[in-house]
Parts: sequence; C-alpha cells; structure tokens
Amino acid sequence: MKNTPSSTRTRNRGVLGTSALRPDGVAKTQGNFAFSSDFQAENMLWGATLRSPHPHARIVSIDPSEAWKISGVEAIIFADDVPGKATYGLIASDQPVFARDVVRYMGEPIAAVAADHPETCRRAIAAIKVVYEGLPVLSDMDAAIDPATPAIHPDGNVFRHQRIVSGNPDVMGDVVVEGTYDIGMQDQAFLGLEAALAYPDPGGAGVELVVATQWLHEDRKQIADCLDLAPEKVRLVLGGVGGAFGAREDISLQVHTCLLALRTGRPVKVQYGREESFFGHVHRHPGRIHLRHHADRAGKLVKVEGWMKLDGGAYASTSSAVLINGITHLQGPYACDNSRLDAWATRTNNPPCGAMRGFGVVQACFAHEGQMDKLAAALGLSPVEIRLRNAMKTGDKLFTGQVVDSVAPVARCIRETDAIPLPADAQYGTGSLELPGGSGRTSDPSHIRRGIGWGVSIKNLMYSEGFDDSAEARCTLVDGVATLKFATAEVGQGFVVLAQQIARTVLGVDTVVLDTIDTQIGSAGSTSASRQTWMSGGAVDGACRLVRERLFEHVAHLHNLDPLQLVIEGTEIVDTLGPLRMPVAEASKGLRIEQTFLHRHRPTEELDENGQGNCHVAFAFVAHRAVVDVDTELGLVKVVQIATAQDVGQVLNPLALLGQIEGGIAQGLGLAVMEEIVVDRGVVRNPSFTDYLLPTTLDAPDVVAIPIEEYEPLAPLGAKGVGEPPCISVTPAIVAAIRNATGRDIVRTPVRPQDICLPS
Amino acid sequence: MSVHMPTTVDEAVALLADNPGARLLSGGTDTMVEVNFNHLKPETVIGLRRVESLRDYRVSSERIEIGAGVPYSRMETGPLADALPALAAAARTVGSPQIRAAGTLGGNLGTCSPAGDGLPVLAALDADVNLRSPRGLRSVPFAEFMVGVKRNSRLADEIIESVSIVPTRGYQDYAKVGVRNAMVISVASVCFVHDRNTASVRIALGAVGPTIIRAREAESWLTGQVDAAATLPNDENIASEFARRVAAEARPIDDHRSTSAYRRHAIQTLARRLYIRSTK
Ligand SMILES: Cc1cc2nc3c(=O)[nH]c(=O)nc-3n(C[C@H](O)[C@H](O)[C@H](O)COP(=O)(O)OP(=O)(O)OC[C@H]3O[C@@H](n4cnc5c(N)ncnc54)[C@H](O)[C@@H]3O)c2cc1C
Repeated sequence: MKNTPSSTRTRNRGVLGTSALRPDGVAKTQGNFAFSSDFQAENMLWGATLRSPHPHARIVSIDPSEAWKISGVEAIIFADDVPGKATYGLIASDQPVFARDVVRYMGEPIAAVAADHPETCRRAIAAIKVVYEGLPVLSDMDAAIDPATPAIHPDGNVFRHQRIVSGNPDVMGDVVVEGTYDIGMQDQAFLGLEAALAYPDPGGAGVELVVATQWLHEDRKQIADCLDLAPEKVRLVLGGVGGAFGAREDISLQVHTCLLALRTGRPVKVQYGREESFFGHVHRHPGRIHLRHHADRAGKLVKVEGWMKLDGGAYASTSSAVLINGITHLQGPYACDNSRLDAWATRTNNPPCGAMRGFGVVQACFAHEGQMDKLAAALGLSPVEIRLRNAMKTGDKLFTGQVVDSVAPVARCIRETDAIPLPADAQYGTGSLELPGGSGRTSDPSHIRRGIGWGVSIKNLMYSEGFDDSAEARCTLVDGVATLKFATAEVGQGFVVLAQQIARTVLGVDTVVLDTIDTQIGSAGSTSASRQTWMSGGAVDGACRLVRERLFEHVAHLHNLDPLQLVIEGTEIVDTLGPLRMPVAEASKGLRIEQTFLHRHRPTEELDENGQGNCHVAFAFVAHRAVVDVDTELGLVKVVQIATAQDVGQVLNPLALLGQIEGGIAQGLGLAVMEEIVVDRGVVRNPSFTDYLLPTTLDAPDVVAIPIEEYEPLAPLGAKGVGEPPCISVTPAIVAAIRNATGRDIVRTPVRPQDICLPS
Repeated sequence: MSVHMPTTVDEAVALLADNPGARLLSGGTDTMVEVNFNHLKPETVIGLRRVESLRDYRVSSERIEIGAGVPYSRMETGPLADALPALAAAARTVGSPQIRAAGTLGGNLGTCSPAGDGLPVLAALDADVNLRSPRGLRSVPFAEFMVGVKRNSRLADEIIESVSIVPTRGYQDYAKVGVRNAMVISVASVCFVHDRNTASVRIALGAVGPTIIRAREAESWLTGQVDAAATLPNDENIASEFARRVAAEARPIDDHRSTSAYRRHAIQTLARRLYIRSTK
C-alpha cells in the first residue's frame, strides 16, 4: 500500500471532484433507508390534525364531547392548550399553532388528537363538532393591496412592499416592450410525506423530536417558544428526509406532535397523507408581473420598469424575503443602470406560500425572459444575440447598487449552451409514445411543430438582507478514522457524500463516519438557498483543516520538522522538503484530535426605501435552451431536449451535480406545462396526485448539461451552490419554445392546452 | 372486516347473496383509492382474483368474450389486441404498468367513471355486459348498463362476469387527451369503430358527459354520406363535418381538469383525426 502512487489511489477514494457514491444510496435504492415516516416507538400513540374546510370563517363553537367518547382517544388539544407562544413563523410569528376564533385558509389546523390507532384518530377528528360562520373570502391580490379592503389579519393584508429606483428612472429607450406575466401556484411535491415522532421526557420537562425538516435549529427555536420550554429542553433529530424543496422550512406538524406527546406522556407519531400534505405545507407564490423594458437600437438595455405582485396567502411564512429576492432579480443576468420597480407580497385567504426552490427568482425570471424575447423580436435580433449583448459580467452593478463580485460567466453559459447540438428532427411513427400526447396517441407526426426557446438566469446564493448566517461542524480524527458531526439537514441533495469527500481530501483518510444529524451541535442553517455546499461545506472543510494542522504539528514534533512543510498526498503525510512519508492512519494512531469550526459568509445589508444596499452574498448563473414539439391544434407539448450550461464554480461531485441539474429541470418543466395547485376563491381543487400532475419519464426531456467551471474565490471550496439554478430559467425557456412553435404570445405558466389552441 | 376468496363464479355469487353490501374486489385500483381517501370502509370483501374463469378471454370469428378479471396488460398485446385494436389502444393509456397489471375491465365497469378508458371502447363496439346472479345470467347492452356518473344498472346481487363483443371488420382506434404524456386521467377521449360488415361507423366519447356518449346523429349522418361497407374516403371535408357533428353531441363541463370549450375542441379534433387515420 505504502508504495502505491498516490495518483492511482486518489482515483477511487471518493475525494472531491469524483463521483463518490452516497453513503445512503444503496439503502435508498433497496428500500432499506428509514424515512421519518418509518420510525416507530414502543407504547406509541398516533396523532392527527383537524383542519378547516373553509378558506375564511369565524369559529362559533367547538364541541369535542363525541370525540372523547371514542375508546382509544388519549388527548384532544386546541389553541388554549398551547402553553407558550400561540403563533409561529420563520420571519413574522403570525401563524397560529391552532386557530382559535377565525380560520384564514382551507386546511388551517384547529385541533389535534392522539389515539391508539390512526383510524381512531380519524374517527375522533370527524367527531369533533365545529360550527363555522362563513366570512368573505379575500382571494385577489389587487383587492388585498387596496387599502379599502377590510384586513383579514391584525397585521394587515400586505406583508411587504418594496421599491427599487436606480440610475435615471425617467430615461427612455429607443425601443420599448411591455408584458404582463402570470405564474401559477406550484407545489414542492416531495415524495417523502411529512412525518415526526416525539418522545416526551419524564415529567414533561423536555421533548425529543425525530422529524423530516430542512433546519433543525430554527424548528427547535419555534417549537420551544410554543411549548414554553428552554431551547435545550427540545432536542431534534433528523428523520430520513424524502425531498424538501422549501416545503419543510416552515413548521408543519412539529409543535402539534410535541404537544400531544407532552400531554399524554407517551411517544406520539404524526404522519400526513398526500392530501393533508397539500394543506400542511406552504407552496410557491403565484404571482403577476408587469414589466416594460427599454433598449437602445443596438439592443442594449436602457431601463427596466414595472411591478411584481406575489400572493403569500393567509400567513407570512417567508413572503417578505421571497419578495425581496423576486424584485432584486427582475433585472435578470443583464447589465442595466436604470430602473423603477415596485413589488408587493399580499395576504389573502389562499393557501400560505413560502419557500420553494428558486425562492422568488423563478417568478421574476419567467417575466424578464419573456421580455428579452420581446425585445429580440422588436429589434430583429435572435434570442441568443439579445442576451449576449446584455450579459452581465463580474464588476457590473445591480439595480440595488450592489456590485457583482462573484464569478459571472453569463456570456459563456449562453455560448456553451448554444454550441450544444440540437436534437435530430423528429422521426416519429404514428402512435409513437414520444409524440406530444404520449400514450394517449392523439397526435400524428403531421400535426407537430417544433419550437426552440431560451432562458437565462441569475440566482443569489444564501440568505440575504443582513441575516446572520452561519454553519458549524466538528471533525474528530481517531486512528485514521474521521468522524463528522453537523446539524445539516440531508434532504436528498447529497451533503452526506460531499462531507465525506471533503474529509477524505483534506485529511487523507478513507473512512469517514457521519454522526447523527441533530441539535447536539450548533446550527448549520437551513438546507435551502443553494447554501449548504458553501456554508456547511465550508464548516466541514474548516474543521478538517484544523484537525490536519494539529496532526501536522504532532508529526512535525515527533520528527523534528516544521509543520508547514507537511502536506497530505492521497492517504499519506508527506514532507515536501525531506524523505518522510507516512500513512495518515499510522500517524494518527492512538491520537484523538477534535476540532469544531464555525463558517460565516460575509455580512449583507438591508435594502433602503429605494431598494439600495448590498443585500445578497453571491450569485450563480445558468442558461437553458429548450426544444419542444407541440401539437398546436390540441395544445399538447413534448419537451424534447434541454441544453444547459451552468456556472458552478467547481464541480465537487459530477454525478451529484447532474442529479441536481436533471431534477431541477424536471421541476421547472413541471411548472412550465403541468404543475399547478388550482385554487378557486381559496378552495384547493386538486389536492392529490390524481390531479396535481408531476412529470413522468415520458415527459422528461433529454438533458445535455455542461458545467462551467470558474473557481469562485468567495466560496470556501471554490464551488457555488447548484441546487436552485437548474429549475429557474428552464421554465421560461420551455414556454418560449412553445411560443416559438405556435406563434402565440403565451403569458402564463403553466401553459395549459387551451392556452395554446383556443382563442384567449 | 372479513375477506372471502372464492374460486368459482357460482361461489362468488353465493357469497354475495349471503353478504348483501359486500364489496367485490378485482384489481383494487379503484377500491383502494376509495379506502385511502376514507370514502369507503368495507365490512366484507369478496376478492375475485382466484376466480380463474373471470381472468380468461375467448376470441372467435363470431364472438369475443372477455372475463371481468382480465387485466389491461393482457389487452395491450396478444390475440385480444389483434382482435380489438381499439381496446388495446385504450388499455395502453391506462395508468402505469403497475396499474395495468392489476386493473381490470370489470373494475372499470364497476366504477363506471365517465373518464374510464375501457368504457368508450365497449360503447363503440356495442358490447354486452354479462351479469351473473342467483337468478342466472343477464346480458345488458353497454348503453343500458352505464346510467350516470359512477352509476350503472348492475343489481346488488349481480357480479359482472364478462363482456361480449361481435367482431367488426374495419378500422378501430382509441385516442385520449390528458395534460401529461402518460398516467393521466382523461380530459376527453374518442373511440372510433368502422365496421364494414354492418356498414356502420360508431363513435363514442369519454369524459365529456355524465355517461359515455355515442354520437349517434353524427354516425348516421356519416353513413348517409359514405359507403360504410367499403373503406372510408380520405376526404377532409367529410372528416371535418363529421367531427363538427360529433363535437356537437358532447356535453362537457368546466372543472379543475379542463374547460368545456377545450374538451369539445379536443373531441372534434380527435374525431377528425381518427376518421382520417381510418382511411389510410
Ligand atoms: C394511479 C392510477 C391510475 C389510473 N389510471 C387510469 C386510467 O388511465 N384510465 C382508467 O380508466 N382508469 C384508471 N385508473 C382507475 C382504475 O385503474 C380502473 O378503473 C380499473 O379498471 C379498475 O379495475 P380494478 O380491477 O382495479 O377495480 P377494483 O378497484 O377492484 O373495483 C372497482 C369497482 O368495480 C367493482 N367490481 C370489480 N369487479 C367486479 C365484478 N366482477 N363485478 C361487479 N363489480 C365489480 C368493485 O366492487 C368496485 O366497486 C387508475 C387508477 C389508479 C390508482
């Protein structure tokens, strides 16, 4: 082993830059992985939630007496049973744990039950008599903004208004194009449904919660407040998470589960079904955006003006942050000095909306990319040319006044995407499953028109507006085995393998043990905002480097060397100035080196009233080109190919990167042509996978992806987050391709068949 | 909950007679969804999976008989697909491979959803539904079997044993519009059957009315225009007028899946396309 050249050894060791396999991969593919819904405890009770069937109503009375008569019912709790704070929320604490006097959205929790069996719970829930008195339903954003509309909540009907004014807002361009764009409500639709299991401490002094979440410590803070317990009395353990996409950032069943466990003194498990999941978590904000783009005759942007309205539904969640992300990205990845923009996030009786992959930027991008195509058409330029002429570069200033000091290879993303060969012309037989309409066999090849469309986007990485963001990790090296401890929620993105890759690379170890992911260490922040590779990756990297320093000091001391001349090569410590070469495993024998590292990114600022300020940390860019086949008469679409080049900084794991790209594209495709929660005056019409349609393999396109690797000096590993960009500009690219195939000015997403083939 | 697993139709019929209100279970792909949504709590279940005769089909030149327990996967290919290409096409649109392996024609008839994909085919083929009870066998034409949204004329003690179809000579096909390329509930569907033996063209519409709709006026208009004993003429004008008349007989509604205007448009488009396909 000692004589094996390190170059051949590193190849298979799963270091950074390789497609190291996930530690949980085999278990997941074989069905052995324990998702949070798989946990059981001895003497366990089940919990369930009573929810409002109405989007807005006064609760006249609640009578649980019939429910109490059902044998097996152990607890029924209401708003009055919440010992601490009655409300929770990520930014503003405005969402009741249980509604008391009024319900503001369909599905709002009113009570929870613990019983010996899920079926007993269901019967008890059905037996609780609630008398409602209907209230007028506020479901329209403009009505919410109108000050004459009665407030549906003491905090008012507007979560936030923000303005951005930059440069000379009165300047006019030679060419002006205008458009209004609508975005439907998308659901994160993770496959692993909400589930949690709470264990009460003896005497109710504390509680332990095993839960699928994105951010253990933030959950803990909100839970502890509602339970009136000190945060350290609430211990959270990450249950296996089957996808998140933003939907697990808010509290859903956490407080209810803990309350039931503390009330009964027994472990309690709560688990949502698919229908309840649609009501149990926040969705992507639907919105309407109006933009007017000014350009000179050469196609250079002169000014962007307009407004954005996002509907946050009944409670605040992260609406105010989504709004800032939205308005600050209306510019797109294009250089421009002058702007006048307004944005509102409204409160209505629609389902609450909050975080979802892309966080406000998806909506903004759908609008600015529609505008870029309009500009191109007005100027007689190609979609590629208009974007290249305006592509942002490092050093350009945003409308907020912030200088983009990230690596910004926008033009390169566009050029490399453009260079990807187009797919061959369709050669379908009649009845081919590959035709639009798929297995329905509706289309013949003669009915098909092909279209090509473009989307390019900019996405901020990490949290914004002065948020004090940090991530902690601990590395312990014992006898050549590294153990890592962090609270980073693994939600499917693969941080668990990345952490191992970092430790193998930095420390030259082969075996990296991952400790339980829980609150027994400092916060890692949320698994969201494309931030964990940068933040928790930085923390793991920092902890491993500290351990390596100690190890080098130890070895240097023993051999009378200067630690600075030691390096890790493969799995060995090597003296760069002398003959010493020894395996890390041997060098660390009998030692225990433990180091903790807290990683912080540079601070950001809030925006002032004109939307000025360095509010974001860093940015990533991506280009998408979509090729679609459209049956223009039936309005059916098949996305044939997505070509993409993405600014990633460094590729740390090619396979994991491709997973993010392909998954993000599928999710963006969903928003483009099928995924929408249909809400009619506050009532959700399709809370099931029968009618909320996710793309199948027959809908998924061929993906040709090129990573653009330009080392990002701001990032600890030179790598940008890659989770969100794939899903952002793919939606406008697909819709642009449909416009290209049909010649129709389609202004809403998802595009429905009737939007393509019937008069609007 | 008690579960019975009979092995013969007679046994199943007797069990149903002894257990009024028992739930018959074939592939379970509709029933389990009802259970899951808590719309159904069966006390007694009679599973039909072990009744071999229900899982059989017979194809002859005079008559095709398909047992109620034949799953879609067996309609997609093989002798049944050769004899009834429209049924094969409809079967291929149903759900996913898992659903097609479990779901049956008997279950589709039992549920009788206007969006059931097997039903327009049975309507267009003028199938008879054969019902078995302690009183013996009763045959009901499909048009009299389905009487409303998820309502049929099966009596409480009857078991759907099979469907019988008189073979046709000529083109037949099924096409379905959904807002996804696979595994999707029909927004509108059309089954088109040309039978040169009886010089008829029959067209049945799914998901655009409370029952499957036979566009009988359009059918008779068409047979007045063309010689249906021969290959149909490849004539765009005839196709378009026929399609327009077919769409006029649809009774679509607006719901969260689509709009009535789109559904009617889709019916018209599919009717025209299937007519033209039939001429080639
Ligand atoms: C994911 C999914 C996708 C689906 N996609 C489609 C689709 O694309 N197209 C479509 O048409 N359907 C679809 N369905 C619905 C379902 O698969 C079909 O309706 C299928 O034909 C039902 O057959 P089954 O044998 O599973 O019925 P079961 O669930 O066993 O029974 C359904 C009903 O019929 C009754 N029944 C069954 N057999 C008999 C009998 N012999 N005599 C009397 N009554 C009987 C039962 O009592 C019950 O009321 C889908 C279902 C799911 C879950």
